[in-house]
Amino acid sequence: MRRAAWSLLLLIAIAAAAAPWLAPNPPNQRFDNLLYAPPTPVHLFSDGLRAPFINPWRVVNRLERRFDADTFVHVSLRWFTGGTLVTGEPDAGAPLLLLGADGYGRDIFSRLLFGARATLAVSLVSALLATILGACVGGFAGYTGGWLDGVLSRVSEFVLVLPAIYVALVLRAVLPLVLPPSTVFVLLIGIFTLLGWPIVARGVRAIVLVEREREYALAAHAAGASDSRVLWRHLLPASAGFLQTQASLLVPAFMLGEATLSYVGLGFPNTIPTWGTMLQDASNVALLGDAPWSLAPAVAIFVVVLGVNLLAQSHGRTPVQLEP
Amino acid sequence: MARFLARRLLFSLILIVITSSAALLIARLAPGDMTSQLGPFASQVEVESTRTRFNLDRSPISQWGLWIARATRLDFGESFLYNRPVAPLVGRAAANTALLGVVSLLTATLVGLSLGVFTGARSGALPMFVRSVSLVCVSLPPLVTSLLFVFCAARTGWLPAGGMVSSTASNPSWSAWMIDVLWHLPLPVLALSLPMAATFERLQSQSMADAVHQPFVLAAVARGVPASRVLLRHAWPTSLRPICGVYGLAIGALLSGSFIVEFVTAWPGLGRLTFEALRARDVYLVAACAATGAAFLALGTMTGDLLLAAADPRVRQESVG
Repeated sequence: MRRAAWSLLLLIAIAAAAAPWLAPNPPNQRFDNLLYAPPTPVHLFSDGLRAPFINPWRVVNRLERRFDADTFVHVSLRWFTGGTLVTGEPDAGAPLLLLGADGYGRDIFSRLLFGARATLAVSLVSALLATILGACVGGFAGYTGGWLDGVLSRVSEFVLVLPAIYVALVLRAVLPLVLPPSTVFVLLIGIFTLLGWPIVARGVRAIVLVEREREYALAAHAAGASDSRVLWRHLLPASAGFLQTQASLLVPAFMLGEATLSYVGLGFPNTIPTWGTMLQDASNVALLGDAPWSLAPAVAIFVVVLGVNLLAQSHGRTPVQLEP
Repeated sequence: MARFLARRLLFSLILIVITSSAALLIARLAPGDMTSQLGPFASQVEVESTRTRFNLDRSPISQWGLWIARATRLDFGESFLYNRPVAPLVGRAAANTALLGVVSLLTATLVGLSLGVFTGARSGALPMFVRSVSLVCVSLPPLVTSLLFVFCAARTGWLPAGGMVSSTASNPSWSAWMIDVLWHLPLPVLALSLPMAATFERLQSQSMADAVHQPFVLAAVARGVPASRVLLRHAWPTSLRPICGVYGLAIGALLSGSFIVEFVTAWPGLGRLTFEALRARDVYLVAACAATGAAFLALGTMTGDLLLAAADPRVRQESVG
């Protein structure tokens, strides 16, 4: 089970890292004749076995989004050209669309790969920051105690009680709705870090509170180690396991946060491919019934969450539904 | 018990006041205000009169003071977006969210706990299958489930794909309206309760598996108590403790999940209203939505605590003493 979990997560990581090489088309290239085009099937047989080829789509009815495969034209797939693994003939109007095209005629599969980068970057960076910040504050509060400890406990309890997505929504919605992508990136990381650190801090505080009374910590003190040395070199390492677990749970939660915010139109602008902005295409119910491939980002989200949950289960912990 | 309840009520009140005040101030201090909804060609007079009508010409603190003074008389201000008092607007949305939430929670609890007892106490092919299904379902967040079910509904036409009532029935009788709502309810309920039921199943399964190995269960079996009675009367009650512990948190997750489910399935609830109010900078509507959400949350955690007290005599004694 652990192996299955790791292979799922590794698959996503490779897809994100190698996106420019794996994607058949640039993520923002529009094929004007292929709005909402279905996936292009890859054929292997045409009077016997031959090299993989596709039949380009021809528009039958633009209004009803009906396409017919032009079976007279065989476009052979080009391998290792133009810096990509495999591609069709995008300039001749026959791009390889493994998961179809979206409402702007952009390749969904390529956007999915590039979208993994933005989505995972936001969630990984914010999980890392939240863990670091939480470990520092929690360790400090647990070690020194006093009024700071009291304030911290109250704040983290408060944040834990609030439904995270509403807080993120309020924090995001009160800023200007249209922001450049880099600002949105920083902003989302800021919001998620703010939401995540109290959860980490609470756990670290509890661990440090127990550990500082243990013999080895007392011994370090007696040997003349300074407070900061005891905290950094002896007490915080004791919470490393907890931090690992917590960070691995925060990543999918933040990923969902990004997807949700982008889906409702408060995350990245539509020109930036992320799993959330891509899901906006699925919000049109009339189109969704005919275009199941627009749910591809939802499947990608599911794969990541499943990977993390399998990992949790294989470590003997009960997987729970993640917030948000 | 009374003291416990009084303390919880006080805490709830503080939570509601802090959340709604914070929401009001944040919405007020945010760049831009509701007058931008009037459009770029609104006259200066109109903009000024709107600002005066909603107290936007005062300082944030004095606006907050006025609002809180009126709120104590149960006057929560007016919505600019809908041009009517906030209270009935929010009341209706809250009722819709509550309907969705309560039905989902009950469904998830019933399905999750009964399956959990089964998979926790038995081993074999069927429990193994249920376990795998629930592991998959735990990994389906409400965003994914709601999109998936909307897709299925759009594809098959078995259930309406969104909304709470059909737009065809403009002024139906009460019973027709009821049936219409019941017809629209299963889709969002399914989307919201599926991951939660799976979570409950996992927790119950784990604690049931722990419980059946306790010495007192063995003792009961040794006394010759029938197996089903041992499971339901001896092992199950003790295994409920961890479930009740997360019940309060589950209600927070339910509220979070209901936001996106309402958004995807166009259920006219609190989530949708909050979103619209925030985007329009409709300060009083934002504050009222936040207050209602906080009230739900307080109610949820209180229910969780009461259930915990009911399931665990030790907690009961602590809270009384």
